[in-house]
Amino acid sequence: MTIAVSILPDQQLAALNEVYRKAVARKRLRVALGAAAFLAALAIASIGAEVNLRTLFTYFGHFVSYFDRLLTLDNGSRVWTNIPEWLWGWKKWSLLLGETILISYVGTLFGAVLGFAFNFLAAENTSPGPWVRFIVKRLMEFCRTVPDIVFALIFVIAFGLGPMAGVLAITIHSIGALGKQYAEMVENIDMKPVEGLRSTGAGWIACMRFAVLPQVVAGFASYTLLRFEINVRSASVMGFVGAGGIGVELITAIRKFYYSDVSAILLLIILTVFVIDIGTGWVRGRLFGKERRT
Amino acid sequence: MTKRSMLETDGLRARYPDVFNRPVSSRLAWPSMLAGALAIFVFGLIHLGFSPIRMLNGIHQLGWISLMMLPPNPGASLPLYLRALGETLSIALLGTTLAAVFAFPVSLLAAKNIVPSNFFRFPIRRFLDTIRGVDTLIWALVWINVVGLGPFAGVLAIALSDFGALGKLFSEAIEGADRKQVEGIRASGGNALHEIRFGLMPQVFPVIAGQMLYFFESNTRSATIIGIVGAGGIGLQLAEQIRVLEWQKVSFLILMILIAVAMIDWISGKLRFAIIGPRAVA
Repeated sequence: MTIAVSILPDQQLAALNEVYRKAVARKRLRVALGAAAFLAALAIASIGAEVNLRTLFTYFGHFVSYFDRLLTLDNGSRVWTNIPEWLWGWKKWSLLLGETILISYVGTLFGAVLGFAFNFLAAENTSPGPWVRFIVKRLMEFCRTVPDIVFALIFVIAFGLGPMAGVLAITIHSIGALGKQYAEMVENIDMKPVEGLRSTGAGWIACMRFAVLPQVVAGFASYTLLRFEINVRSASVMGFVGAGGIGVELITAIRKFYYSDVSAILLLIILTVFVIDIGTGWVRGRLFGKERRT
Repeated sequence: MTKRSMLETDGLRARYPDVFNRPVSSRLAWPSMLAGALAIFVFGLIHLGFSPIRMLNGIHQLGWISLMMLPPNPGASLPLYLRALGETLSIALLGTTLAAVFAFPVSLLAAKNIVPSNFFRFPIRRFLDTIRGVDTLIWALVWINVVGLGPFAGVLAIALSDFGALGKLFSEAIEGADRKQVEGIRASGGNALHEIRFGLMPQVFPVIAGQMLYFFESNTRSATIIGIVGAGGIGLQLAEQIRVLEWQKVSFLILMILIAVAMIDWISGKLRFAIIGPRAVA
């Protein structure tokens, strides 16, 4: 093998090698320390979470057989051999799924309207004052950090059992999440139209309406559709705490070990989520062209 | 002057009929869509049992509840709650790690530049989508049936539902990686594993680490709720206290969750900064 590269004299090379080795050693040490800390955290966590690998291995068969039972009808045959029997409750279930979608639709719309009202107060460049901004931002943070199902639990007590509690829980969560995304979008706008409008003597509301809104409305709609998708998922479990939708049927079926019902309801939920995903994707594509779909 | 401008308008009208006389269908598109959306909304309000009286009563109740929440007070159960919080954080950490460990090899199989054949990739993608389509709470219920009540079921539930999400995100990160490094490794005689380890991993690792940290954050939130169905952690305490109407304890628990989530946000922000550098933090 011919070497075309000229090689440095040994002493010089040794010095360079030394520096290189040191640099690499420092990096390796950092990685090793990081990995050790991570492993230690994992070990502590597995004690905290009562992880028991033996349980997992003994019961892993249960997991597999659970799915086996999910796909078996009461008379012992596979679910797909007798689809009418498997989906016997499809009328009731599709009504409840419709209710689930309705819950997330109304919740998202409420949340979008209120989030829209708040976001101009929270965005740095449009907020009327730092105090208003601080308060609105903390409020929205609260709304989205507390999980929506916790709100649902509380609202079920205040407003009574039923889908209304679910709608309100989703509303609160959407205000927090959408308000933040809207505000971030408003912070990224071009301020020149706003200045132009203000120089003509327009008030705050007019500035928002005619200078800010046209720049952000497409993005707002896109985020709202995404939020609708997410909310359909969370509305499907609102029934677990009595806040309406398909969840109540599902939790009864799981708790009472109606295996084939569980799989049928899960199938319907997954199908619904798929359809909603594809549907909103299509709408977003139609509204804003391909490049905005992300 | 006016006449001339009129003439000009007429000329423009003649030249661009589409702009001035838009077809009725396109003019009606927006209003009809809005009307449709509004109609569904009103139908929803009626169907879901909204009424001003219920609303007022509920808000009245809610006001009372909020008053009773003050001041937050854990009573004598503070140590119990701290343990539950620790449990929640453990669930989140273990769940995320487990999900990432299993998601990485699968994401390689789901990435277009590793497995070019659609035939294999498509079922894997749909599989991941299906797992993602089911909420964490539902997985928690399933795992409770398998391994029994307790935090372990929570770990497995979070691991499984994140497996779907991380698998998709990782495979997207891998597809976004630059081919050139991989080709360089192949040119110098590396085999397929070398290509992944030295060509792909250095590019993909920071992205993956960032996503893992982000998921850890969001899992602290999910881990608080899976307790509601009995899978351990602080959610169990929260659901119990809400059911027995101990509002001061409820507000204290919510406060604990908020503080814990804020702390995790802050720490993972710092860590992300250390791993990826300032460039990719945003």
